[in-house]
Parts: sequence; structure tokens; C-alpha cells
Amino acid sequence: MIGRISRDAWLVACRDLRIEARSRVVLDQVVPFSVLVLVLFGFALDADNRTLRTFAPGLFWVAVLLSALLAVQRSATLDRSDGTDTALRMSGLSPISLFLGRASAVYVQLVALQVVLVGGLLILYGVDVEDPLLLVVAGLVAGVAVAAAGTLYGALASGLGVRETLLPILLLPVLAPVLIGATRAFDDALGAAAVDGWAWTGLLSLAALILTVVGASTHSALVED
Amino acid sequence: MVELRAVVALLGRFPALSGVSLTVDAGETVLVRGPNGAGKTTLLRLCAGLVRPESGMAIVLGHDLTDGVERRAVRRRVALLGHGAALYDDLTVVENLRFWARAAGLTSGSGDDGVEQRVAGVLDRLAVPKRLVDQRASALSQGQRRRVALAALAVRRPELWLLDEPHAGLDQAGRDIVDGLIVEAVAAGGTVVVSSHELERVATLSPRVVTLAGGQVLDGGGLG
Amino acid sequence: MATTTDAGLGERDTTGSPRSRLLGIATLIAVAILGVLAFALTEPDVRIHPETGEEFGQFDAVRMLYVHVPLVIVTYLSYGICAVASIGVLVKRTPWWDVTAHTAAEIGTIFCGLVLVTGSIWGRPVWNTWWEWGDVRLMTTLVLFLMFTGYLALRRITEDPRRQARRAAVVALVAVLDIPLVNRSVEWWENRTLHQRSTLGELKIEDLTLFTLFFGFVTAGLVLAWLFLHRFRVGWLERAAIDHGVAAAIVERQSETSDAEVRRSVGEQPEGPEEGLVP
Repeated sequence: MIGRISRDAWLVACRDLRIEARSRVVLDQVVPFSVLVLVLFGFALDADNRTLRTFAPGLFWVAVLLSALLAVQRSATLDRSDGTDTALRMSGLSPISLFLGRASAVYVQLVALQVVLVGGLLILYGVDVEDPLLLVVAGLVAGVAVAAAGTLYGALASGLGVRETLLPILLLPVLAPVLIGATRAFDDALGAAAVDGWAWTGLLSLAALILTVVGASTHSALVED
Repeated sequence: MVELRAVVALLGRFPALSGVSLTVDAGETVLVRGPNGAGKTTLLRLCAGLVRPESGMAIVLGHDLTDGVERRAVRRRVALLGHGAALYDDLTVVENLRFWARAAGLTSGSGDDGVEQRVAGVLDRLAVPKRLVDQRASALSQGQRRRVALAALAVRRPELWLLDEPHAGLDQAGRDIVDGLIVEAVAAGGTVVVSSHELERVATLSPRVVTLAGGQVLDGGGLG
Repeated sequence: MATTTDAGLGERDTTGSPRSRLLGIATLIAVAILGVLAFALTEPDVRIHPETGEEFGQFDAVRMLYVHVPLVIVTYLSYGICAVASIGVLVKRTPWWDVTAHTAAEIGTIFCGLVLVTGSIWGRPVWNTWWEWGDVRLMTTLVLFLMFTGYLALRRITEDPRRQARRAAVVALVAVLDIPLVNRSVEWWENRTLHQRSTLGELKIEDLTLFTLFFGFVTAGLVLAWLFLHRFRVGWLERAAIDHGVAAAIVERQSETSDAEVRRSVGEQPEGPEEGLVP
């Protein structure tokens, strides 16, 4: 049972990542968009380096969430054309593996996106990393929460005529607590504020776990007739 | 194989099927015809376990379709060719076939029955040109897509074939291949329900003809 | 499946019934009494500092709590009903659970909005600000409100009622995960909130204060019950209207058959591009 689920999830994740490797929609469009968001924040805050450094953690995560919206939309689009959604329902793939596979692919893309954005923070905002381990762990853990919630709501809004407008209003409030937690953790890791980043990372892992479990267990209700 | 009595099925709030009665025996070839909007597509999707019967009795391959779990079980045993070919444009033909084979639960295996063997066998049988195998699906013509779609279904060796307008948009060679597949499936003990407006072509397969209109079977349903 | 008459509705132009009218009148009277109790009869919260002798406390602002706290309770209650009903939708898949979940979510969101407004009005004199970003309970409550705003937006989309029921149920189940966060935030983030652990403990608990608060709970419960009854009946009637439309559509669809038959029998071709297949 577990073996079949993980095997199928791996199949779906590989499919999504292979399609991304060929089409490069996330690499060519979503990643530049996220850097653009960082640059726009720089313009809006009048390029005052001290302000940027103070707010870098929050701006980073807002950029991640906005880009995640696009990545999730893209992921949900893969199975809407040419009858692939019907074929998936006919295939015998369990909704749980489908969810885990899609979420894993989104997760890999989000991590890559974060790497680029951290580079942006270092170069454009001139931040210093005080606790690299915390930065990495918090980023990885928060990414799970974002990918799980994003995949859940991507499937939920998929097939609706208004999905582009509905997805943000459904997804962003759910991710608001993740935004808070991840920003606090980065505050600590980048030395922007004196908070206990590891405690917040603990909360983030709880959120990631809950969102993954809820997403996987409710996915069948969304993809079945 | 398929037994429907007074089945009503909704598409959203529209009653696409308004009381269909139809019996299909094992090994039969049945042609469903009727005007546009008669409910042909919904009938095939219902038999595939994708549409819930609102009322009436619906049994396919021994599964009672009014039950959600049974509907899921039916889906794995039948092949449905819909209007789309269900191919990912950015994957190659062989990658698409492998994906659908593995999604159906086939594994690599060591014998003659692994994913690779079955995929190769099907590509051969459906005469998919060698040069196409490693091309991306986006490079295929409409007819080639249909052919690959049929190949993806054939890999699963289904007991019941549900083909929705399989001849539409195909050239002569493509139609011959579709017909060949139907004959082959029937010879192998499979059952085929096909909706088509290419009456003359399908007639060569000597099917039983069922006429559908207004979401009901007019004649040929096999219930007297 | 139950019919509209099972919900206590006949061929009437109203969702009211003698008993619900009685409930409505009782609710109105209770609201009026609560107003008098909270805003006139109870004392303002004025305390004397034991050393300096200065007056401190919440003064008249404390009166808002007689409304605010009961509203919080019925918000939790409504969303709790919504969560249970949403599980019911996913397990049982019947319209009754779906209408219940929708009703509870809608009413809960009204209450949640009122919680934010009354809290804000109370916070202006007591915290000296309408809105305090540092307060975790405020933020989590706002998130709860926004999540159910999304839920209601999803609800307004016209689609297959069964699919909508399931989508909405999933959204509701994720949204109510925020409730423990709202409820426990004061304990978990003690230093990050202006909300007190228990405002009641600090107040002078006189008989009238306690009674007013208790009466506030009863009143809010009555308002919830009354709104729920009527909103549920409206939802149930909407369902009945849809079912009625579908039943009519089935009959109409069946008559299409005979139309086609008639046309065929007189040698006329049926409509559509597939006419060539008629032998």
C-alpha cells in the first residue's frame, strides 16, 4: 500500500518535473517574476539599504507566496488539457499519490526559487546570513507547507471558470500563518530581529505536517466525480 | 457485461441521459449512434464509471455503478477513448505510453510482461512509425495522436473498450487501424462499444446498432 | 431524500412558521434586554490602585465585552457546526449536510465580522488603537474571517451542486484548523498579545456583571438559532428549486425522443451534422 503510493507519487513527480524541464515555464517565467517582485519592493522602499535589510525576511516570503501562486496554477494546468484529467481518473492512480506527486514537484520548484531569491537578498538587499543552517531548514520546512497548501487549493480551484481569481483568495489566507512563521524564522537567521527562529521553525513543521495530511486525505473528494 | 435499465444521469443540472436501457453481452461490438446532444458521450462515460447514475440500474463488468467504490473499480478495467488523446505535449510518445502504463499499475518486470515489452508490442501493433516514438507529442498530427492514445489504452489490456468517435479526424490509414484494433479486441474476447457517425466503416465490423436520442435508447437496446 | 415539506415548509411565501416567529420575538426581546443590561444597568469597570489611589480599569469600554465575548462564542459554535457538517458532506454526501455547512459558514462569517468590529471599538479606548498588528489573536481571527470570505466566494460560483459541496467542505475543514490557533493564541504567545488571558478574572465579578455576560451568551445563542433556521430553510428551498428544475428537464428531455421519432417516421431528417447516419 505505502509502496504503491510512493511509487505512484514518484511517477507523478517525475512526470511534472520532466515537463517543467522541457517547457521551462517556471524557470523562464515564475523565477524572473519573483526576482522582479524583490526589485519592485526595492523601488517602493526607495532603495534605502537599512530599510531593505530590516524588511528583507518579510519581502522574501511575500515574493515566494506570490510566485507560488503562479507555480501552483501552472502545476494544475498540466492535467486540464487534452483529456488528461479524465485519463488520470481512469488510470487507477490513487488521489493520495497524485497529491503527493504534484506537491513534491511543486516543492522542488519552490526550493529552486528560494535559492534564487536568497541570492537576490544577498546581492540586491545586501543582507548578511547569521545562521545559515536556520535559513536552510526554515526555507525547506516552509516550502513543504506552501507546496502542500498550494497543491490542495490548485486542485480545488481547477476546473472552475474563475480559478485564476479564486485561487489567491482561497490560498493566501491559509498561507498567512506560514508567512508569519517563516518571516520570524528568517528574521532570526538574517539577524533582522531578535526572535527565536528555531521555535518558529518548529511551528512551521507542524503546519507543514498538518497541511500535507489534510491535503492528501481530502484530495479524493476533489478529484472524484 | 453492460446492463443499464432506465438510467438517468446528469451533466451538472442537465439530464444528459433521461432513462437509458441497454444490454451489451461479452464479445459484442455495439455501435451507438444518434444526433449531436443525444447523450452518446455521457453514455460511454457512464459505462466507464466516470458519471454517477442518478436513478435506474447500472451494472458494468459486475460492478454496480451506483456505488462510488465500485465505479472506481470499473475504471481500471475499461478503456475509454474520449475526445482528447490524453497526451502530455512536452513528453515524447514513448514517455507518454510509459507514464500511462505505470499509472495503470504495470511495473518494469523482468519477463515479457513489463512496461517496456508491452509498450513496444503496442507501438508495433498499432503501426506507430519508429521516427515518431521519440518525438514530443506536440509534434504529432491529429491522426497520430489518436493512434498513440489508442496505444496507451491497449497497453492496459482492458476488458471493455469504450470508444467515443474514434474515427473523427482520422485519415484512411488511421481509420483502418482503429477498425483493426476493434476486430483484434473482439477476437481477443473483448467487448467494444463505439459511438461513431462513420456508419459505413463501422458496418464492416458488423456491429449491433443502437440509436440514441434525447438521452434515451430508441431502438436496438437489446431489451426487446 | 427529504422534500421541502419535511423542513416544515408548505406552499407559503415565507420561511417563517408560528414557532420560528415565537423564537424571533424572543430573540428581539433578549437583544433589547441585553442592551439595557450591558449599556445602562451594569457598572463601568473602575478600579482604585491600592498604592497610588489612582483610578484605572476599562471604564465604560467594558460594556462592549458583554457583546464581544458572546459573539466570539457563537462564531466558534457556527464554524464548529460548519466543520461537523463538512465532514458529513464528505462522508454522507447528502444535501442536508451541505445546506447545514453553508448556513453555518455564512452566519459564522457575519458573527466573525462583528467580533472584529466590536473588538476594534473596544480596543480604541482600552488599547488606544483600532487595530494592533502585534496581537496574534487579532491576526488569527482576521485570517479566519478571510478564509471564510474565500469559502463564501467559492459558494457563489454556479456549478454542479455535488462538486461544489465537496470543494466547499474541504475549504471549511482547512479553515477551521485556524480556530484552535485563535483560541489558544493568548496562552501560546503570551508576550505577543494584548488580549488578556481572562478578562473576567480581573473584573469585579458582581452578580449583575456575571448575569449580564451569561445573558449575552443566551442572547447570542438565540440570534444564532433564529438566523440559522431561516437561512437553512432558504438554502433548502434553493435545493428544492434545483431538484424541481432537474425533474422538469428530465421530462422535457424524454419528450425530445418522441420528437425525433416523429420526425423520423415522417421521413424528416433529425437535426445535427450526423443526419447522414439515418438509413
